[in-house]
Amino acid sequence: MLDGPTAQAQIDALYRTDSRIILATLIRLLGDFDLAEEALQDAFVAAAEQWPRDGLPRNPRSWLISAGRFKAIDRLRRRARFDAALGELAMRLDQAAPDPGDHGDAVVDDRLRLIFTCCHPALPPDAQVAMTLRELCGLTTEEIARAFLTSPPTVAQRIVRAKAKIRDARIPYEVPERDRLPERLEAVLRVVYLVFTEGYAPSAGASLTRPDLSAEAIRLGRLLLELLPDPEVEGLLALMLLHESRRLARVDPDGELILLPDQDRSLWDRNLLDEGAERAGRALSAATVGPYAIQAGIAAVHATAPSTDATDWNRIVGLYDRLLVADPSPVVELNRAVAVAMRDGPASGIQAIDRLIERGTLDDHHLAHAARADLLRRLDRQDEARLAYERARALARTDPERRFLERRIAELEDR
Amino acid sequence: MKYLLIVYIDPATFGALSPEGLAALDEASLAFDQDLHESGQLILAQALQSIDTATTVRVRDGRLSATDGPFAETTEYLGGFTYIEARDLNEAIEIAGRSPIAPFGSIEVRPVLDLARIVQERREQEDRARSA
Repeated sequence: MLDGPTAQAQIDALYRTDSRIILATLIRLLGDFDLAEEALQDAFVAAAEQWPRDGLPRNPRSWLISAGRFKAIDRLRRRARFDAALGELAMRLDQAAPDPGDHGDAVVDDRLRLIFTCCHPALPPDAQVAMTLRELCGLTTEEIARAFLTSPPTVAQRIVRAKAKIRDARIPYEVPERDRLPERLEAVLRVVYLVFTEGYAPSAGASLTRPDLSAEAIRLGRLLLELLPDPEVEGLLALMLLHESRRLARVDPDGELILLPDQDRSLWDRNLLDEGAERAGRALSAATVGPYAIQAGIAAVHATAPSTDATDWNRIVGLYDRLLVADPSPVVELNRAVAVAMRDGPASGIQAIDRLIERGTLDDHHLAHAARADLLRRLDRQDEARLAYERARALARTDPERRFLERRIAELEDR
Repeated sequence: MKYLLIVYIDPATFGALSPEGLAALDEASLAFDQDLHESGQLILAQALQSIDTATTVRVRDGRLSATDGPFAETTEYLGGFTYIEARDLNEAIEIAGRSPIAPFGSIEVRPVLDLARIVQERREQEDRARSA
């Protein structure tokens, strides 16, 4: 016999640590997301009723899983009065081997199944993100809506449609087979990184960072690495840790953006930075090196340099060359051009950026014009620099970025 | 679960095929159908003649009209279909990815709608509601 408050505190703690693990197994046992979510809630309600009276079960997690399963069968039986097919389903579930599935491997597999199902490429990208945050992180619809500056009904509808597609098109609850794993893992990593960047550098709005979302992404990254040790997973985790280590230094007390060269390096979080750099090194030394590991390597060079001038720009240019092979994009070319400017002087960087802008792919990208403006300023070509800053300001998407560019323009006029 | 793999052909890449390339594609497509037949996954496969041969039928206000088209222009057009039985969407995607025509356009994977079952279940539900 436990006293009520103690039991309830234990149940609450268990909900925080284990509810997503239990949900992942219930989805497998019941084959339905909504039914599993109801069963999860039912199981915790049953625990709140019974544990204070009967004491804590020996294995609380498997108790909750089997309670959830029985509650779901009950629900199906009650609904079977209106729908015969549910009665058959209830019978099948009842006869299925009552595998609570709480032994190590099964739990790992269920959580991976949940990750790969939420991030299935047949679901629209915004639904993959919403499903991941809802089902894996346990965020509410309201929290997801707030994080992505959209309305709760919009998020709810994305989730409802995603679940309907999982059911109707029969997206299986499984970890992809080995030969499909790399491309499917890519989709999972993209979702995790999208969650992170939305928290670290929101694509729109008044605020510069949304720390909760970045913390969720790092938690997902750690979970994924634990379940699926892979150099690219470690590379992504390293990249996120290294970015995150600079969060405090990246924004001033008024919420304004501070670029890397002007950051107070003593504000960088040493623990996150050291862990990130160590993981980046390990990911880069793997037999096959992917884009996240290379990006983490670049971030690690920055993070371990004493100052901008004392940064190993040659190594950074070399890493960008590798990134251009692994994952070519105009933005990577832009970053490489900036690194070349740091290594060989602004004049060589500007030629490369002009070529990129002329090709048209980056003409509407504010960072391309901002980078060009910076180099023009350093070459003392003030009028051209002002035009480029103004173009960048017109294209920038967040208020702090616009204010940052306005400050740069004002500094030009001061001269 | 039954899926219809609907093949849309990209006229630019498909039109650029040499006669030898086209012959090889035809052979590969037949072999693909045969493989699916042998694994028990093929229900029906059918390629279609070019879109120049298409006629579009519409019925509006009880009047039937049959017109030439649709016109292909530069967009992708329906080139054929494969009707398969697959365990789930992943298996259907995997089969679509193996199709020799896949590099020449895109393949839409659609789960079929079991209309007969829907109608039957609706009738049963109505019967139960009446007898309750």
